[in-house]
Amino acid sequence: MNPTVLLTSIEQGLIYSLVALGLYVSFRILDIADLTTDGSFTLGLVTCTAFTAAGHPYLGFVAALVAGALAGGITAILQTRLGVQPILAGIITMTALISVNLMILGGKSNLSLLRTETIFTKAEEVFGSNGGLVVAATVALICGGGLVWFLRTQLGLSLRATGDNRAMVSASSINPAFTTTVGLCIANAVVALSGALLAQQQGYGDTTLGTGMVVIGLASLVIGEVVTGRRGGMVGAVAAAVLGSVIYRIITAFALTSNLGASNLKLVSAVIVAIAISYPTVITKIKLQQQKRGHSKC
Amino acid sequence: MLTLTNIEKTFFPGTVNEKRALNGLSLHLEQGDFVCIIGSNGAGKSTLLNAVSGEFLPDSGKIELAGQDITFLPDYKRAKKIGRLFQDPMRGTAPHMTIEENLSLAYLRASGKSSPFRLIGKKERALFREQLARLELGLEDRMTQPVGLLSGGQRQALTLLMATVVTPQLLLLDEHTAALDPATAEKVLALTQRIVQESNITCLMVTHNMESALTVGNRTVMMDGGRILLDLQGKERAQMTVEGLLEKFREKSGVCITNDRMLLS
Repeated sequence: MNPTVLLTSIEQGLIYSLVALGLYVSFRILDIADLTTDGSFTLGLVTCTAFTAAGHPYLGFVAALVAGALAGGITAILQTRLGVQPILAGIITMTALISVNLMILGGKSNLSLLRTETIFTKAEEVFGSNGGLVVAATVALICGGGLVWFLRTQLGLSLRATGDNRAMVSASSINPAFTTTVGLCIANAVVALSGALLAQQQGYGDTTLGTGMVVIGLASLVIGEVVTGRRGGMVGAVAAAVLGSVIYRIITAFALTSNLGASNLKLVSAVIVAIAISYPTVITKIKLQQQKRGHSKC
Repeated sequence: MLTLTNIEKTFFPGTVNEKRALNGLSLHLEQGDFVCIIGSNGAGKSTLLNAVSGEFLPDSGKIELAGQDITFLPDYKRAKKIGRLFQDPMRGTAPHMTIEENLSLAYLRASGKSSPFRLIGKKERALFREQLARLELGLEDRMTQPVGLLSGGQRQALTLLMATVVTPQLLLLDEHTAALDPATAEKVLALTQRIVQESNITCLMVTHNMESALTVGNRTVMMDGGRILLDLQGKERAQMTVEGLLEKFREKSGVCITNDRMLLS
Protein backbone atom coordinates (compact mmCIF):
# COMPACT_ATOMS: atom_id res chain seq x y z
CA MET A 1 0.00 0.00 0.00
CA ASN A 2 1.49 3.36 -0.92
CA PRO A 3 1.83 6.07 1.75
CA THR A 4 -0.70 8.40 0.11
CA VAL A 5 -3.42 5.78 0.27
CA LEU A 6 -2.49 5.00 3.87
CA LEU A 7 -2.66 8.66 4.89
CA THR A 8 -6.01 9.06 3.15
CA SER A 9 -7.32 5.98 4.97
CA ILE A 10 -6.16 7.38 8.29
CA GLU A 11 -7.83 10.70 7.52
CA GLN A 12 -11.07 8.93 6.59
CA GLY A 13 -10.79 6.73 9.66
CA LEU A 14 -10.45 9.75 11.91
CA ILE A 15 -13.48 11.40 10.31
CA TYR A 16 -15.58 8.24 10.70
CA SER A 17 -14.22 7.70 14.23
CA LEU A 18 -16.83 10.19 15.42
CA VAL A 19 -19.49 7.65 14.41
CA ALA A 20 -17.73 5.05 16.54
CA LEU A 21 -17.58 7.53 19.43
CA GLY A 22 -21.30 8.25 19.07
CA LEU A 23 -22.08 4.55 19.07
CA TYR A 24 -19.82 4.08 22.08
CA VAL A 25 -22.15 6.43 23.94
CA SER A 26 -25.42 4.91 22.74
CA PHE A 27 -24.49 1.24 22.37
CA ARG A 28 -21.85 0.65 25.02
CA ILE A 29 -22.74 3.22 27.66
CA LEU A 30 -26.51 3.49 27.39
CA ASP A 31 -26.89 -0.08 26.10
CA ILE A 32 -29.27 1.01 23.33
CA ALA A 33 -28.87 -0.09 19.71
CA ASP A 34 -29.63 3.32 18.24
CA LEU A 35 -30.61 3.01 14.58
CA THR A 36 -31.06 6.77 14.31
CA THR A 37 -27.34 6.77 13.49
CA ASP A 38 -27.83 6.08 9.76
CA GLY A 39 -30.19 9.01 9.49
CA SER A 40 -28.33 11.43 11.73
CA PHE A 41 -25.06 10.84 9.88
CA THR A 42 -26.71 11.81 6.61
CA LEU A 43 -28.57 14.65 8.33
CA GLY A 44 -25.27 16.16 9.48
CA LEU A 45 -23.83 15.59 6.04
CA VAL A 46 -26.59 17.31 4.08
CA THR A 47 -27.05 20.11 6.61
CA CYS A 48 -23.38 20.96 6.42
CA THR A 49 -23.44 20.63 2.62
CA ALA A 50 -26.31 23.08 2.38
CA PHE A 51 -24.63 25.60 4.69
CA THR A 52 -21.26 25.23 2.95
CA ALA A 53 -22.81 25.67 -0.47
CA ALA A 54 -24.41 28.86 0.85
CA GLY A 55 -20.96 30.08 1.92
CA HIS A 56 -21.04 29.24 5.63
CA PRO A 57 -18.71 26.26 6.06
CA TYR A 58 -18.09 26.76 9.79
CA LEU A 59 -21.68 27.51 10.68
CA GLY A 60 -22.37 24.25 8.83
CA PHE A 61 -20.65 22.28 11.60
CA VAL A 62 -22.66 23.98 14.29
CA ALA A 63 -25.86 23.39 12.35
CA ALA A 64 -24.95 19.73 11.86
CA LEU A 65 -24.31 19.28 15.59
CA VAL A 66 -27.64 20.88 16.48
CA ALA A 67 -29.52 18.89 13.84
CA GLY A 68 -27.95 15.63 15.03
CA ALA A 69 -28.81 16.40 18.64
CA LEU A 70 -32.41 17.14 17.61
CA ALA A 71 -32.66 13.82 15.76
CA GLY A 72 -31.33 12.01 18.85
CA GLY A 73 -33.75 13.96 21.00
CA ILE A 74 -36.72 12.85 18.90
CA THR A 75 -35.69 9.20 19.19
CA ALA A 76 -35.24 9.69 22.93
CA ILE A 77 -38.65 11.27 23.39
CA LEU A 78 -40.25 8.43 21.42
CA GLN A 79 -38.70 5.79 23.65
CA THR A 80 -38.64 7.46 27.07
CA ARG A 81 -41.86 9.48 27.07
CA LEU A 82 -44.09 7.80 24.49
CA GLY A 83 -43.30 4.15 25.18
CA VAL A 84 -42.00 3.19 21.73
CA GLN A 85 -39.49 0.31 21.84
CA PRO A 86 -35.90 1.62 21.59
CA ILE A 87 -35.11 -0.15 18.29
CA LEU A 88 -38.37 0.95 16.69
CA ALA A 89 -37.91 4.53 17.91
CA GLY A 90 -34.59 4.66 16.05
CA ILE A 91 -36.09 3.18 12.90
CA ILE A 92 -38.95 5.69 12.94
CA THR A 93 -36.60 8.66 13.22
CA MET A 94 -34.24 7.23 10.62
CA THR A 95 -37.08 6.70 8.15
CA ALA A 96 -38.41 10.20 8.69
CA LEU A 97 -34.92 11.60 8.19
CA ILE A 98 -34.70 10.11 4.67
CA SER A 99 -37.35 12.62 3.56
CA VAL A 100 -35.96 15.41 5.72
CA ASN A 101 -32.50 14.95 4.25
CA LEU A 102 -33.82 15.21 0.70
CA MET A 103 -35.73 18.33 1.73
CA ILE A 104 -32.57 19.95 3.08
CA LEU A 105 -30.79 19.41 -0.23
CA GLY A 106 -33.75 21.04 -1.97
CA GLY A 107 -35.28 17.84 -3.24
CA LYS A 108 -32.09 16.62 -4.87
CA SER A 109 -30.17 13.58 -3.73
CA ASN A 110 -26.74 15.19 -4.09
CA LEU A 111 -25.02 18.53 -4.16
CA SER A 112 -21.46 19.36 -5.22
CA LEU A 113 -19.21 21.65 -3.21
CA LEU A 114 -16.66 22.19 -5.97
CA ARG A 115 -14.73 25.43 -5.70
CA THR A 116 -16.44 26.23 -2.42
CA GLU A 117 -14.49 27.19 0.66
CA THR A 118 -14.40 24.42 3.30
CA ILE A 119 -12.37 23.80 6.42
CA PHE A 120 -10.31 21.36 4.36
CA THR A 121 -9.41 23.86 1.63
CA LYS A 122 -8.44 26.35 4.37
CA ALA A 123 -6.33 23.76 6.16
CA GLU A 124 -4.52 22.85 2.96
CA GLU A 125 -3.60 26.50 2.49
CA VAL A 126 -1.99 26.45 5.95
CA PHE A 127 -0.62 22.91 6.34
CA GLY A 128 -0.16 21.90 2.73
CA SER A 129 -1.27 18.52 1.47
CA ASN A 130 -1.60 17.10 5.01
CA GLY A 131 -4.15 19.73 5.98
CA GLY A 132 -7.03 17.26 5.83
CA LEU A 133 -5.28 14.90 8.20
CA VAL A 134 -4.63 17.74 10.65
CA VAL A 135 -8.31 18.74 10.61
CA ALA A 136 -9.54 15.17 11.07
CA ALA A 137 -7.04 14.41 13.85
CA THR A 138 -7.84 17.65 15.68
CA VAL A 139 -11.59 17.06 15.59
CA ALA A 140 -11.19 13.41 16.67
CA LEU A 141 -8.92 14.49 19.52
CA ILE A 142 -11.30 17.22 20.69
CA CYS A 143 -14.33 14.90 20.54
CA GLY A 144 -12.52 11.99 22.19
CA GLY A 145 -11.03 14.18 24.91
CA GLY A 146 -14.32 15.94 25.44
CA LEU A 147 -16.10 12.62 25.81
CA VAL A 148 -13.60 11.34 28.39
CA TRP A 149 -14.01 14.57 30.35
CA PHE A 150 -17.79 14.47 30.11
CA LEU A 151 -18.10 10.86 31.24
CA ARG A 152 -16.34 11.77 34.49
CA THR A 153 -18.67 14.62 35.36
CA GLN A 154 -21.74 14.18 37.47
CA LEU A 155 -23.99 14.01 34.41
CA GLY A 156 -21.60 11.64 32.63
CA LEU A 157 -21.50 9.30 35.61
CA SER A 158 -25.31 9.37 35.75
CA LEU A 159 -25.41 8.43 32.08
CA ARG A 160 -23.11 5.48 32.62
CA ALA A 161 -25.10 4.29 35.61
CA THR A 162 -28.29 4.46 33.50
CA GLY A 163 -26.87 1.95 31.04
CA ASP A 164 -25.22 -0.15 33.72
CA ASN A 165 -27.93 -0.63 36.33
CA ARG A 166 -31.30 0.91 35.63
CA ALA A 167 -32.74 -0.32 38.94
CA MET A 168 -30.16 1.66 40.84
CA VAL A 169 -30.66 4.81 38.87
CA SER A 170 -34.01 6.11 40.08
CA ALA A 171 -33.08 5.17 43.64
CA SER A 172 -30.11 7.54 43.34
CA SER A 173 -32.09 10.60 42.25
CA ILE A 174 -31.37 10.22 38.54
CA ASN A 175 -34.22 10.51 36.08
CA PRO A 176 -33.40 7.76 33.55
CA ALA A 177 -35.58 9.42 30.90
CA PHE A 178 -33.45 12.54 31.16
CA THR A 179 -30.07 10.80 31.07
CA THR A 180 -31.16 8.64 28.11
CA THR A 181 -32.22 11.78 26.26
CA VAL A 182 -28.94 13.55 26.98
CA GLY A 183 -27.00 10.47 25.87
CA LEU A 184 -28.86 10.05 22.59
CA CYS A 185 -28.55 13.77 21.81
CA ILE A 186 -24.79 13.69 22.36
CA ALA A 187 -24.35 10.45 20.42
CA ASN A 188 -26.26 11.67 17.38
CA ALA A 189 -24.68 15.14 17.48
CA VAL A 190 -21.24 13.54 17.26
CA VAL A 191 -22.41 11.20 14.48
CA ALA A 192 -23.82 14.18 12.56
CA LEU A 193 -20.51 16.02 12.95
CA SER A 194 -18.83 13.05 11.32
CA GLY A 195 -21.17 13.38 8.34
CA ALA A 196 -20.52 17.12 8.19
CA LEU A 197 -16.76 16.60 8.07
CA LEU A 198 -17.13 13.95 5.38
CA ALA A 199 -19.20 16.28 3.19
CA GLN A 200 -16.54 18.98 3.30
CA GLN A 201 -13.69 16.53 2.86
CA GLN A 202 -15.21 14.85 -0.18
CA GLY A 203 -16.54 18.07 -1.59
CA TYR A 204 -20.05 16.83 -2.12
CA GLY A 205 -23.12 15.81 -0.20
CA ASP A 206 -25.12 12.71 -1.05
CA THR A 207 -28.17 11.42 0.77
CA THR A 208 -27.16 7.78 0.40
CA LEU A 209 -23.80 8.06 2.18
CA GLY A 210 -25.21 7.14 5.59
CA THR A 211 -26.57 3.73 4.61
CA GLY A 212 -25.25 1.01 6.89
CA MET A 213 -23.47 3.51 9.13
CA VAL A 214 -24.65 1.77 12.35
CA VAL A 215 -23.00 -1.47 11.33
CA ILE A 216 -19.82 0.25 10.14
CA GLY A 217 -19.61 2.17 13.41
CA LEU A 218 -20.19 -0.96 15.47
CA ALA A 219 -17.61 -2.86 13.43
CA SER A 220 -15.09 -0.09 14.16
CA LEU A 221 -15.97 -0.15 17.84
CA VAL A 222 -15.58 -3.92 18.04
CA ILE A 223 -12.31 -3.97 16.06
CA GLY A 224 -10.90 -1.36 18.43
CA GLU A 225 -11.97 -3.36 21.47
CA VAL A 226 -10.40 -6.52 20.13
CA VAL A 227 -7.13 -4.76 19.28
CA THR A 228 -6.81 -3.02 22.66
CA GLY A 229 -8.26 -5.94 24.63
CA ARG A 230 -10.63 -3.60 26.48
CA ARG A 231 -7.81 -2.25 28.58
CA GLY A 232 -7.25 1.23 29.97
CA GLY A 233 -10.71 1.98 31.35
CA MET A 234 -12.62 4.81 29.76
CA VAL A 235 -9.69 6.54 28.08
CA GLY A 236 -8.79 3.16 26.62
CA ALA A 237 -12.32 2.59 25.37
CA VAL A 238 -12.52 5.98 23.66
CA ALA A 239 -9.07 5.55 22.11
CA ALA A 240 -10.10 2.05 20.98
CA ALA A 241 -13.13 3.45 19.16
CA VAL A 242 -10.94 5.90 17.21
CA LEU A 243 -8.26 3.30 16.54
CA GLY A 244 -10.85 0.74 15.42
CA SER A 245 -12.29 3.20 12.95
CA VAL A 246 -8.87 3.93 11.45
CA ILE A 247 -8.13 0.20 11.16
CA TYR A 248 -11.52 -0.34 9.50
CA ARG A 249 -10.69 2.28 6.87
CA ILE A 250 -7.29 0.72 6.22
CA ILE A 251 -8.98 -2.64 5.72
CA THR A 252 -11.40 -0.89 3.39
CA ALA A 253 -8.54 0.56 1.36
CA PHE A 254 -7.03 -2.91 1.04
CA ALA A 255 -10.36 -4.31 -0.06
CA LEU A 256 -10.68 -1.63 -2.71
CA THR A 257 -7.31 -2.53 -4.22
CA SER A 258 -7.68 -6.30 -3.89
CA ASN A 259 -10.07 -8.84 -5.33
CA LEU A 260 -12.55 -8.40 -2.50
CA GLY A 261 -14.14 -5.45 -4.22
CA ALA A 262 -15.71 -2.38 -2.69
CA SER A 263 -19.25 -3.63 -3.23
CA ASN A 264 -18.69 -6.48 -0.77
CA LEU A 265 -17.53 -4.24 2.05
CA LYS A 266 -20.87 -3.91 3.76
CA LEU A 267 -21.20 -7.69 3.80
CA VAL A 268 -17.77 -7.97 5.43
CA SER A 269 -18.72 -5.31 8.00
CA ALA A 270 -21.94 -7.11 8.83
CA VAL A 271 -20.09 -10.40 9.31
CA ILE A 272 -17.48 -8.73 11.55
CA VAL A 273 -20.20 -7.24 13.78
CA ALA A 274 -22.24 -10.45 13.91
CA ILE A 275 -19.21 -12.54 14.86
CA ALA A 276 -17.85 -10.04 17.38
CA ILE A 277 -21.14 -9.58 19.20
CA SER A 278 -22.10 -13.26 19.23
CA TYR A 279 -18.57 -14.30 20.22
CA PRO A 280 -19.09 -14.52 24.02
CA THR A 281 -22.28 -16.59 23.65
CA VAL A 282 -20.69 -18.97 21.15
CA ILE A 283 -17.66 -19.46 23.41
CA THR A 284 -19.90 -20.24 26.39
CA LYS A 285 -21.83 -22.80 24.34
CA ILE A 286 -18.66 -24.47 23.07
CA LYS A 287 -17.29 -24.67 26.61
CA LEU A 288 -20.54 -26.20 27.81
CA GLN A 289 -20.38 -28.82 25.05
CA GLN A 290 -16.80 -29.66 25.98
CA GLN A 291 -17.78 -29.97 29.62
CA LYS A 292 -20.67 -32.28 28.73
CA ARG A 293 -18.42 -34.45 26.59
CA GLY A 294 -15.75 -34.60 29.29
CA HIS A 295 -18.42 -35.55 31.78
CA SER A 296 -19.81 -38.44 29.73
CA LYS A 297 -16.31 -39.91 29.30
CA CYS A 298 -15.80 -40.32 33.04
CA MET B 1 -39.57 14.42 60.47
CA LEU B 2 -41.61 11.92 58.50
CA THR B 3 -45.37 11.90 58.79
CA LEU B 4 -47.68 9.52 56.97
CA THR B 5 -51.38 10.25 57.32
CA ASN B 6 -54.10 7.75 56.39
CA ILE B 7 -52.23 6.14 53.52
CA GLU B 8 -54.42 3.85 51.39
CA LYS B 9 -53.16 1.68 48.57
CA THR B 10 -55.01 -1.05 46.72
CA PHE B 11 -53.22 -3.00 44.01
CA PHE B 12 -55.21 -4.35 41.01
CA PRO B 13 -58.49 -2.73 42.13
CA GLY B 14 -61.64 -4.30 40.73
CA THR B 15 -59.98 -7.59 39.75
CA VAL B 16 -59.83 -10.96 41.45
CA ASN B 17 -56.28 -10.12 42.47
CA GLU B 18 -57.37 -7.03 44.35
CA LYS B 19 -55.03 -6.51 47.27
CA ARG B 20 -55.42 -3.87 49.92
CA ALA B 21 -51.75 -3.35 50.70
CA LEU B 22 -51.97 -0.25 52.87
CA ASN B 23 -55.11 0.25 54.90
CA GLY B 24 -55.35 3.74 56.37
CA LEU B 25 -51.82 3.65 57.69
CA SER B 26 -50.53 6.53 59.79
CA LEU B 27 -47.04 6.83 61.22
CA HIS B 28 -44.95 9.64 62.63
CA LEU B 29 -41.18 9.63 63.02
CA GLU B 30 -39.18 12.15 65.02
CA GLN B 31 -35.76 13.33 63.89
CA GLY B 32 -33.24 10.60 64.72
CA ASP B 33 -35.82 7.84 65.17
CA PHE B 34 -34.61 4.40 64.08
CA VAL B 35 -37.71 2.30 63.53
CA CYS B 36 -37.66 -1.46 62.94
CA ILE B 37 -40.67 -2.77 61.06
CA ILE B 38 -41.72 -6.39 61.43
CA GLY B 39 -44.69 -8.35 60.21
CA SER B 40 -45.53 -11.49 58.28
CA ASN B 41 -45.27 -11.75 54.52
CA GLY B 42 -47.81 -9.55 52.81
CA ALA B 43 -48.27 -7.32 55.84
CA GLY B 44 -47.35 -4.27 53.77
CA LYS B 45 -43.84 -3.59 55.10
CA SER B 46 -42.15 -3.17 51.74
CA THR B 47 -45.23 -1.44 50.36
CA LEU B 48 -44.88 1.12 53.13
CA LEU B 49 -41.26 1.76 52.18
CA ASN B 50 -42.18 1.94 48.50
CA ALA B 51 -44.85 4.51 49.29
CA VAL B 52 -42.32 6.65 51.15
CA SER B 53 -39.71 6.36 48.39
CA GLY B 54 -42.28 7.15 45.70
CA GLU B 55 -42.26 3.88 43.78
CA PHE B 56 -46.03 4.38 43.43
CA LEU B 57 -48.50 7.06 44.43
CA PRO B 58 -50.93 6.22 47.25
CA ASP B 59 -54.66 6.13 46.46
CA SER B 60 -55.25 8.58 49.28
CA GLY B 61 -53.42 10.04 52.25
CA LYS B 62 -50.52 12.38 52.71
CA ILE B 63 -46.76 11.95 53.10
CA GLU B 64 -44.66 14.72 54.61
CA LEU B 65 -40.89 14.77 54.97
CA ALA B 66 -39.27 17.53 57.03
CA GLY B 67 -42.32 19.71 56.69
CA GLN B 68 -42.58 19.30 52.91
CA ASP B 69 -45.51 17.54 51.28
CA ILE B 70 -43.89 14.87 49.08
CA THR B 71 -47.05 12.85 48.30
CA PHE B 72 -46.85 13.53 44.55
CA LEU B 73 -43.11 14.03 44.14
CA PRO B 74 -41.61 11.53 41.65
CA ASP B 75 -39.24 8.92 43.09
CA TYR B 76 -36.01 10.26 41.60
CA LYS B 77 -36.68 13.68 43.13
CA ARG B 78 -37.34 12.19 46.55
CA ALA B 79 -34.11 10.23 46.25
CA LYS B 80 -32.19 13.48 46.80
CA LYS B 81 -33.35 13.39 50.42
CA ILE B 82 -34.01 9.69 50.93
CA GLY B 83 -31.33 7.02 50.88
CA ARG B 84 -32.42 3.48 50.15
CA LEU B 85 -31.08 -0.07 50.37
CA PHE B 86 -32.75 -3.16 48.95
CA GLN B 87 -32.54 -6.82 49.79
CA ASP B 88 -30.75 -7.53 46.50
CA PRO B 89 -27.14 -6.31 46.81
CA MET B 90 -26.98 -6.00 43.00
CA ARG B 91 -29.62 -3.29 42.93
CA GLY B 92 -27.72 -0.48 44.58
CA THR B 93 -24.51 -0.21 42.56
CA ALA B 94 -23.38 -0.04 38.93
CA PRO B 95 -21.25 -3.16 38.34
CA HIS B 96 -19.11 -1.90 35.46
CA MET B 97 -18.21 1.35 37.16
CA THR B 98 -15.39 1.51 39.71
CA ILE B 99 -15.91 1.88 43.45
CA GLU B 100 -14.72 5.46 43.20
CA GLU B 101 -17.09 6.25 40.32
CA ASN B 102 -20.04 4.76 42.18
CA LEU B 103 -19.24 6.84 45.24
CA SER B 104 -18.65 9.95 43.11
CA LEU B 105 -22.04 9.53 41.53
CA ALA B 106 -23.77 9.22 44.89
CA TYR B 107 -21.78 12.10 46.32
CA LEU B 108 -22.25 14.49 43.41
CA ARG B 109 -25.96 13.75 43.11
CA ALA B 110 -26.74 14.09 46.77
CA SER B 111 -24.63 17.15 47.53
CA GLY B 112 -27.20 19.05 45.48
CA LYS B 113 -26.91 22.49 43.90
CA SER B 114 -23.68 21.50 42.13
CA SER B 115 -23.39 21.88 38.35
CA PRO B 116 -24.05 18.76 36.23
CA PHE B 117 -20.48 19.10 34.93
CA ARG B 118 -18.76 18.95 38.29
CA LEU B 119 -15.85 16.58 38.66
CA ILE B 120 -14.44 14.74 41.64
CA GLY B 121 -11.34 16.35 43.07
CA LYS B 122 -8.52 15.35 45.41
CA LYS B 123 -10.42 16.43 48.49
CA GLU B 124 -13.42 14.22 47.67
CA ARG B 125 -11.20 11.30 46.79
CA ALA B 126 -9.54 11.58 50.21
CA LEU B 127 -12.97 11.68 51.83
CA PHE B 128 -14.03 8.50 49.97
CA ARG B 129 -10.84 6.77 51.03
CA GLU B 130 -11.36 7.67 54.63
CA GLN B 131 -15.02 6.60 54.57
CA LEU B 132 -14.21 3.32 52.82
CA ALA B 133 -11.48 2.59 55.38
CA ARG B 134 -14.08 2.86 58.12
CA LEU B 135 -16.00 -0.06 56.59
CA GLU B 136 -12.96 -2.19 57.46
CA LEU B 137 -13.33 -4.27 54.31
CA GLY B 138 -10.13 -3.15 52.61
CA LEU B 139 -12.12 -1.40 49.88
CA GLU B 140 -10.05 1.79 50.23
CA ASP B 141 -7.23 0.07 48.34
CA ARG B 142 -9.51 -1.14 45.55
CA MET B 143 -11.08 2.16 44.54
CA THR B 144 -10.30 1.78 40.84
CA GLN B 145 -11.75 -1.74 40.59
CA PRO B 146 -15.19 -2.32 39.10
CA VAL B 147 -17.88 -2.93 41.71
CA GLY B 148 -18.89 -6.13 39.89
CA LEU B 149 -15.86 -7.83 41.43
CA LEU B 150 -17.09 -7.31 44.99
CA SER B 151 -19.01 -9.87 47.05
CA GLY B 152 -22.65 -9.32 47.98
CA GLY B 153 -21.75 -8.16 51.48
CA GLN B 154 -19.11 -5.76 50.20
CA ARG B 155 -21.51 -4.38 47.63
CA GLN B 156 -24.19 -3.88 50.29
CA ALA B 157 -21.71 -2.11 52.56
CA LEU B 158 -20.72 0.11 49.64
CA THR B 159 -24.38 0.83 48.85
CA LEU B 160 -24.86 1.82 52.49
CA LEU B 161 -21.92 4.18 52.23
CA MET B 162 -23.28 5.60 48.95
CA ALA B 163 -26.65 6.23 50.59
CA THR B 164 -25.07 8.04 53.53
CA VAL B 165 -21.93 9.69 52.10
CA VAL B 166 -24.02 12.83 52.08
CA THR B 167 -26.28 12.50 55.13
CA PRO B 168 -29.85 11.84 53.90
CA GLN B 169 -32.93 13.14 55.71
CA LEU B 170 -34.28 9.62 55.77
CA LEU B 171 -32.80 6.17 55.25
CA LEU B 172 -34.97 3.25 54.09
CA LEU B 173 -33.62 -0.26 54.61
CA ASP B 174 -35.67 -3.03 53.03
CA GLU B 175 -34.32 -6.26 54.53
CA HIS B 176 -30.90 -5.14 53.40
CA THR B 177 -29.11 -7.98 55.21
CA ALA B 178 -31.51 -10.80 54.26
CA ALA B 179 -29.54 -11.98 51.20
CA LEU B 180 -26.22 -12.12 53.04
CA ASP B 181 -24.65 -14.98 55.00
CA PRO B 182 -25.17 -14.68 58.80
CA ALA B 183 -21.67 -13.38 59.62
CA THR B 184 -21.73 -10.77 56.85
CA ALA B 185 -25.30 -9.82 57.72
CA GLU B 186 -24.23 -9.13 61.28
CA LYS B 187 -21.32 -7.02 60.10
CA VAL B 188 -23.46 -4.97 57.71
CA LEU B 189 -26.08 -4.47 60.42
CA ALA B 190 -23.46 -3.30 62.91
CA LEU B 191 -22.13 -0.95 60.26
CA THR B 192 -25.64 0.35 59.63
CA GLN B 193 -26.16 1.05 63.32
CA ARG B 194 -22.86 2.86 63.59
CA ILE B 195 -23.40 5.08 60.57
CA VAL B 196 -27.02 5.86 61.47
CA GLN B 197 -26.03 6.75 65.01
CA GLU B 198 -23.02 8.84 64.09
CA SER B 199 -24.92 10.98 61.60
CA ASN B 200 -28.17 10.89 63.60
CA ILE B 201 -30.13 9.71 60.55
CA THR B 202 -33.86 9.07 60.74
CA CYS B 203 -34.29 5.49 59.59
CA LEU B 204 -36.96 2.92 58.69
CA MET B 205 -35.74 -0.67 58.59
CA VAL B 206 -37.76 -3.70 57.54
CA THR B 207 -36.49 -6.92 59.06
CA HIS B 208 -37.58 -10.50 59.52
CA ASN B 209 -35.30 -10.93 62.47
CA MET B 210 -37.41 -10.41 65.62
CA GLU B 211 -34.34 -10.37 67.82
CA SER B 212 -32.72 -7.45 66.00
CA ALA B 213 -36.10 -5.77 65.64
CA LEU B 214 -36.09 -5.36 69.41
CA THR B 215 -32.43 -4.52 69.88
CA VAL B 216 -31.64 -2.33 66.87
CA GLY B 217 -32.86 1.26 66.86
CA ASN B 218 -35.25 2.88 69.31
CA ARG B 219 -38.70 1.81 68.05
CA THR B 220 -40.34 -1.40 66.90
CA VAL B 221 -43.40 -1.29 64.69
CA MET B 222 -45.42 -4.39 63.94
CA MET B 223 -47.57 -4.44 60.81
CA ASP B 224 -50.42 -6.63 59.64
CA GLY B 225 -52.94 -6.29 56.84
CA GLY B 226 -51.57 -2.92 55.77
CA ARG B 227 -51.92 -1.36 59.18
CA ILE B 228 -49.77 -0.75 62.20
CA LEU B 229 -50.63 -3.24 64.89
CA LEU B 230 -48.14 -2.30 67.51
CA ASP B 231 -45.74 0.60 68.05
CA LEU B 232 -43.25 -0.05 70.83
CA GLN B 233 -40.73 2.38 72.26
CA GLY B 234 -39.03 3.36 75.47
CA LYS B 235 -39.55 1.23 78.54
CA GLU B 236 -42.20 -0.97 77.02
CA ARG B 237 -39.84 -1.92 74.22
CA ALA B 238 -36.90 -2.49 76.54
CA GLN B 239 -38.89 -5.05 78.48
CA MET B 240 -40.33 -6.81 75.43
CA THR B 241 -39.12 -10.28 74.46
CA VAL B 242 -39.52 -12.16 71.18
CA GLU B 243 -42.09 -14.45 72.86
CA GLY B 244 -43.94 -11.43 74.18
CA LEU B 245 -43.98 -9.93 70.70
CA LEU B 246 -45.50 -13.09 69.24
CA GLU B 247 -48.05 -13.15 72.03
CA LYS B 248 -48.99 -9.54 71.27
CA PHE B 249 -49.34 -10.39 67.60
CA ARG B 250 -51.75 -13.27 68.31
CA GLU B 251 -53.73 -11.10 70.66
CA LYS B 252 -54.06 -8.20 68.23
CA SER B 253 -54.53 -9.98 64.92
CA GLY B 254 -56.26 -13.08 66.14
CA VAL B 255 -54.03 -15.22 63.95
CA CYS B 256 -51.65 -17.89 65.07
CA ILE B 257 -48.34 -17.33 63.36
CA THR B 258 -46.32 -20.29 64.54
CA ASN B 259 -45.89 -21.41 60.94
CA ASP B 260 -44.86 -18.04 59.65
CA ARG B 261 -41.46 -17.06 58.43
CA MET B 262 -41.31 -14.59 61.31
CA LEU B 263 -40.47 -17.47 63.58
CA LEU B 264 -37.59 -18.63 61.48
CA SER B 265 -35.34 -15.92 62.82
